Amino acid sequence: MPTGVVIFHTSSAAIRSEKILLKGGLTVKLIPTPREFSSDCGIALRFEWDEEANVRQLLEAAGVELASIRRFR
Amino acid sequence: MIYLDHAATSWPKPPGVIRAMADYLESAGGNPGRSGHSLSIEAGRIIYAAREAVAELFHAPDPLRVIFTLNATHAINLALCGLLRPGDHVVTSGIEHNSVMRPLRALENRGVRITVVACNTDGSLDPARVAAAITPRTRMVAITHASNVTGTILPVREVAEAAHNAGALLLLDAAQTAGVLPIDVQAMGIDLLAFTGHKGLQGPPGTGGLVIGERVSIGQMEPLVRGGTGSRSEHEFQPEDVPDKFEGGTANGCGIAGLGAGVRWILSRGVNAIRSHEIELTRVLLEGLRAIPGITMYGVGNPSACTAVVSFTMRGRRVSEIGLQLDEEYGIMCRVGLHCAPAAHRTIGTFPEGTVRLAAGISTDSGEIRAAVDAVAEIARKPAS
Repeated sequence: MPTGVVIFHTSSAAIRSEKILLKGGLTVKLIPTPREFSSDCGIALRFEWDEEANVRQLLEAAGVELASIRRFR
Repeated sequence: MIYLDHAATSWPKPPGVIRAMADYLESAGGNPGRSGHSLSIEAGRIIYAAREAVAELFHAPDPLRVIFTLNATHAINLALCGLLRPGDHVVTSGIEHNSVMRPLRALENRGVRITVVACNTDGSLDPARVAAAITPRTRMVAITHASNVTGTILPVREVAEAAHNAGALLLLDAAQTAGVLPIDVQAMGIDLLAFTGHKGLQGPPGTGGLVIGERVSIGQMEPLVRGGTGSRSEHEFQPEDVPDKFEGGTANGCGIAGLGAGVRWILSRGVNAIRSHEIELTRVLLEGLRAIPGITMYGVGNPSACTAVVSFTMRGRRVSEIGLQLDEEYGIMCRVGLHCAPAAHRTIGTFPEGTVRLAAGISTDSGEIRAAVDAVAEIARKPAS
């Protein structure tokens, strides 16, 4: 199944988003940021690509500042 | 042993605080926000949970604007040095701790102008005097929430209103009040809340923080320390994102784990219940000491208008002599002298000798307070050594 990742500017925002999305009933996992999307050494949040609209909506509603949402593999 | 030095640091700590610190070292040993493996992420989660707990306690809307520091002093320095520029004017009170006065005096040498508004001899502050000291150049009003010498609580809401009317920010030093007085940064108009972890919040030393309100522009606030954040590593300039901008270098994760547990312990007990307990202890202490001949009391003398901090002197005795007798003969731990607050002692008229300070806390019971009063009464009856 294809997955997506949410890239953040801070690891605090990534951890905050993990809590928000888990509470929203989504299946997510914090992973090292894939190098193809960022030169950061931080963490990103992996999710199932089917849920992209939900991910966007939940994070937007909570006012989380994120760098980008990308399709992964 | 009777521990009456909670204004210096709380003791003993709740067992959950010690457990959280041991758990952090045992099972979350990664470097938070750096490496992306499970141990690093778990460390990041624990620190984030502490941010959330602090935000909940102080009614701060955004946990990412909770910046962890080493102590309240570090947080106050971050706020003052981060925001004040040459030509800016700052208003403070005559009851401040050196954590506020020393960075302000250093900034004064760099062109920041300072007005110290006099307090009354009981430590209380008239907000109208603060309002009168504010000028169009006033960038900030920096005051303590409660004196560490007399316990006197300052009128935060009124001072915040005066500051905001002139477009200035309010920095509140909550070293003595976080965890023991209700604090709502939004309702009280606190733009910058500096707190320590090791006093009322029941956490370990080496923890504290600054809660930054929406009125403060992050872009205009300089960090004290710059360095690795685990974020935007491609850049050699400090990132502008909170909390990373102000938290360069590896965090005191173990300490913050303990702080988070302390704050959750406070939340579960409720600040109002803690406050009621401390008001009752202060009432017993004030009434008991007042009845002892030769004792001079300082502060407002009303348990509802002060924290559980009581300062006194005894006619014909050095405060150091009283402190030593309380420790050696009665096992009572207190703090005597100037309490790092020369301005406060000048205000109440006890500079340079200082006072004997008895400071109760959540773990103190009224029997201990009565024993302390009896000990002071006995010392007062003895001839001076």
